[in-house]
Amino acid sequence: MTVEATKTTPRNEGPRISTEDEQAVPPNAGMRFTNWAANYVDERTSISGLVRELGRKIFPDHWSFMLGEVALYSFVVILLSGTFLTFFFQASMAEVVYDGSYVPLKGLEMSAAYASTLDITFDIRGGLLMRQIHHWAALLFVASIGLHMLRVFFTGAFRKPRELNWLIGFVMFVLAMAEGFTGYSLPDDLLSGNGLRIIDGMIKGVPIVGTWLSNLIFGGEFPGTQVVGIFYSVHILLLPAILAAAIGVHLVLLVVNKHTQFAGPGRTEGNVVGVPIMPVFAAKAGGFFFIIFGVLALTASLVTINPIWAYGPYDPSPVSAGTQPDWYIGFADGALRLVPPGLEFELWGFTVSLNILLPIAVLGIFLLLVAIYPFIEGWITGDQREHHMTQRPRNAPRRTAIGAAGVTFYAALWAAAGSDLIATHFKLSIESVIHACQALLILGPIIAYVVAHRICIGLQKKDREIALHGFESARIVRLPGGEYIEVHEQLSDYERWKLIDFEDYKPLMLRPNAQGKITVRQRVRSRLSNWFFEDRIAPVTRTELEAAKHGSHH
Amino acid sequence: MADKSDAVATREAPAPSPGTAVVPSDAVENPGFPPYRPRVSDLDPAKERANERRVAWMFWASIVGSVFAIVAYIVFPIVPGDVSTVRLNNMFLGLGITLGLFGIGFGAVHWSKSLMDGHDMTESRHPTRGSEETREKAVEVFQLGNKESGFTSRKLIRNSLIGALVVTPLPAVVLFRDLAPAGDPVARLKHTFWEKGMRLTRDPDGTPIKVSDVTLGSVFHVIPEGLNEAEDRLEEKAKAAVLLMRLKEEDLHVSPGREDWNYQGIVAYSKICTHVGCPVALYEQQTHHLLCPCHQSQFDITREAAVIFGPAKRPLPQLPISVDAEGYLVAQSDFHEPVGPSFWERSL
Repeated sequence: MTVEATKTTPRNEGPRISTEDEQAVPPNAGMRFTNWAANYVDERTSISGLVRELGRKIFPDHWSFMLGEVALYSFVVILLSGTFLTFFFQASMAEVVYDGSYVPLKGLEMSAAYASTLDITFDIRGGLLMRQIHHWAALLFVASIGLHMLRVFFTGAFRKPRELNWLIGFVMFVLAMAEGFTGYSLPDDLLSGNGLRIIDGMIKGVPIVGTWLSNLIFGGEFPGTQVVGIFYSVHILLLPAILAAAIGVHLVLLVVNKHTQFAGPGRTEGNVVGVPIMPVFAAKAGGFFFIIFGVLALTASLVTINPIWAYGPYDPSPVSAGTQPDWYIGFADGALRLVPPGLEFELWGFTVSLNILLPIAVLGIFLLLVAIYPFIEGWITGDQREHHMTQRPRNAPRRTAIGAAGVTFYAALWAAAGSDLIATHFKLSIESVIHACQALLILGPIIAYVVAHRICIGLQKKDREIALHGFESARIVRLPGGEYIEVHEQLSDYERWKLIDFEDYKPLMLRPNAQGKITVRQRVRSRLSNWFFEDRIAPVTRTELEAAKHGSHH
Repeated sequence: MADKSDAVATREAPAPSPGTAVVPSDAVENPGFPPYRPRVSDLDPAKERANERRVAWMFWASIVGSVFAIVAYIVFPIVPGDVSTVRLNNMFLGLGITLGLFGIGFGAVHWSKSLMDGHDMTESRHPTRGSEETREKAVEVFQLGNKESGFTSRKLIRNSLIGALVVTPLPAVVLFRDLAPAGDPVARLKHTFWEKGMRLTRDPDGTPIKVSDVTLGSVFHVIPEGLNEAEDRLEEKAKAAVLLMRLKEEDLHVSPGREDWNYQGIVAYSKICTHVGCPVALYEQQTHHLLCPCHQSQFDITREAAVIFGPAKRPLPQLPISVDAEGYLVAQSDFHEPVGPSFWERSL
C-alpha cells in the first residue's frame, strides 16, 4: 500500500492501518532499552491495549477547538505555580508586625497571610513571578472556559450525546470562579478584604440562615480570624480535587464521544477527520502547552497584576475609589449595582433584603438556564439522534439569537461593575451610567436577539445564493446582443459542500395524541418549536443545484 | 445526508427519532475528500532540511533560555529595601523561563506542522450506546445482583438501609457549629464599641478631636478612643468606624428626637454602608453627599444620611455626639440601631 492510498483519498473512509514494514536492522543500545522498558511495563499493566486504543485516535482540527485546550493548560500552570506558592504562604490571620524588605509597610500590624504574601513578593527570588503567573493563569483559565463554552454553545456541540459533558463543563466554570474568588481573598489585603466584606453583606442578606452562615464562615464577626484559613483549605484542597476529577471525566467523555467536527468535504456524521494523537496531535498539543505557559510567563515577567503591596493590609475603614474585582466576578458585582432602589422591607419584624436577594436570584436563574440549555433545546427539537457535526452559528438562527441575548445580558452586568470607572473616564455622572446599564440590561438582550437572528437569516440566504449561483467575479462582459452581465464564478464542489451541509428542522405540527387529545405539554412544545424553526432557510437540494447549473449558462 | 444517518444507526435496532428534523431525500452528494495539498517540505528536500534545522534551533534556544533564567536568578538578586531589584529579578528570570518554554512550544508545533505527516486521516464513529448484546448483559447483571441479594424483595432491610444512609451525614452538619464562638451572633451585631462619653479619635492614629479642629466643610475619619488597643480591633472597627463632618447648622434637616445629636453642625454617621458593608468613604463637600465606592449608593448628609441613589435602602445610622469639659468631641451613647448591612433579625 502506498502512503497516499491510506490517507483521506475520496471514498476511502476506513481507519488508516500502517502496514509499512520496519527495515530489519539490529537494535542499538537505546532501542534495546526502550524495548525492554516497554515490555516490562506492559507485562505488569497491559498498557499496550490502551496505546492501541488511543495512540492513533483522530482529532479534528479547527482553531476554535483550542479554547478548551487553553483552559486545560492554564489549569496545569495554575497547579504548578500554586504549589510553589504554598511552600511560602502562611494561611493565618494572626496579627504580626511586618519586618520585611518593603520599606513603606515596615512596622505595620498585619495578618501573617498578608505579611507572607509580601515576603513572597519582596524577599523570595521568583516569588513575585510565580504570584503573577498564578494570577494571570487564573484570569486566563476562567476566560478560556468562558470562550470554550461560547464555542460549544454557538456550534451546537452540546447536543446529544454531549449534554452531560456540557453540564460537567458548566460545573467546572462555576468551580473556576469559586477558585478565583477564594484565591483572590487569601492575601488579606485591603482590596480582597473589601471583596470579602461584600460577600459577608450578601450572606447576611439571606433570609433565616444568613446571620448564622456569616457567623460560621467568619468565626464570629467580620472579618474574624479564620476565613483565610477556611478559604485556603477550599482553594488548594477541596476545589482543585473536584476540578481535577471533573476534568478527568470531561476528557474521558471527550474520548468516548470523539470530538465534533465542522462540515467539510469527505466529513460525515459517521467519521472523524483529522490528525492522529501519535505523533501530530501530541506534538501540536504538547507544544501548545509550552506556548500557553510561555505566554503566561512572559506576561507575568512584564506586566504587574494585583499589586497587593500598594493596597496595604486589610482594614475595615479605608477603601480606595474605583475598586474592581477580578473580571469574572464583575457580572455579580454589577448585578448588585443595578438593582432598583428601595428594595428592602420588613415582614413580621424580619428584614427582607430584596436589594440583595434579587441580584442573587437573577444570577442564579441566568446560570441555571446556561446549565440546562441543552436539555431545553433537545426537548424542543425532539431530536434523539447523535450529532457529531458542529453547526455554523448562522445555521441555527434562534439558538444564536438566544446566545447573543445571553452574552449581552452578561455584558451589561459586567459593564455595570465598572460604572464608576466609566463615569470618571468619560466624564459622565454615575447616575446616568447606572441608568444606561439598567436600560441595557433589559433592552440590550432584546435588540441583540432580533439583530443576531436577522443577521443569521441573511447569512444563510447569502450562503444559499453563493452555493447555487457562485459569487460575483467583478468581471463585466458584453454579450453580442449588447447586454452587459457580470460573470458569476462557480464554487468548487468542495467549497460548496461547506455551505450546504447542514441540518434543517421543521416546526412541530400540533396533532392530537392516541386519545384524540391535545395536551398542554404538546401545546407548549409546539409553540416553542414554531418559534424556534418558523424562519428557516432550507439547505440546497440536488434538484435546485442542477436547475441553477443549467439556468446560469448564458 | 442519507448516508450520514446510516452511518450512525447501523447495527442498532431502534433508530433514534429525528424529531422535527427534515430527513432529506434530495440531498447534494458529499464530494469526498479533496486532494492533498503538498507543503514545501514535502516537495523540496532542501526546504525540509531547513525546517529541520529551524526546529533544532528552537530547542537550543529553549536550553539557552532556561540557563539564562538560572543565571538571572543569581546575578539579579533582591536587595532588601530596593524595589527596582525585585522588578529586575522578576523580569529577567521571567524572560529566561519564557524563552525556555517558547523554544520547546514553537519548536514542537513547527515540527508537527512542517515535518510530520501532513495528511488528514479518518476514523469511524460508532453509536455511543452499547450494543444490544452488551446492554442485555448489563441488565442481567443487575437482575442477578437483585436476585442474589433480595434488594427489592426484602423491603424491610432495604428501607432501613436507606433510612440509615440518610441520617448518617447529619452529624456532619452539627460538626460545623464550633466554627463560630458560642452565643447568639445577633446580639453581637446590635452593639458597637461606642459608649457614653467615649472620645471621637482620628483614624488610624487615635488622637482625640477638638471641636475647634472641625472647621466648616471638613471631614474626619473617626474611630472610638481605645479601639486600637482592643483585642478584637478589626471586628470592632468594622462596626464602629464613623465619618465626622461639619455643615452649616441651617443646612441640616434634623428630625424630632435628634435635635441634640449634632454639635453646632458637626454630625457623625456610621461609615459602614447599609447595603453590603463597604466603607462609605467618599464625601462630596459641595453637595454634602456621601458615596459608597463599591456599589454607588449615595447618602445625603443634610437629610440625616437618607439614601438618594443606589441599592442601599436605609440611611446611615447617626452617632449622637456632644463635647466634654476639655472641648473634645465625645459620643452620647452607642448607635441607636445596628450598623452595617441588613440581616434577617435586624429589627427584632
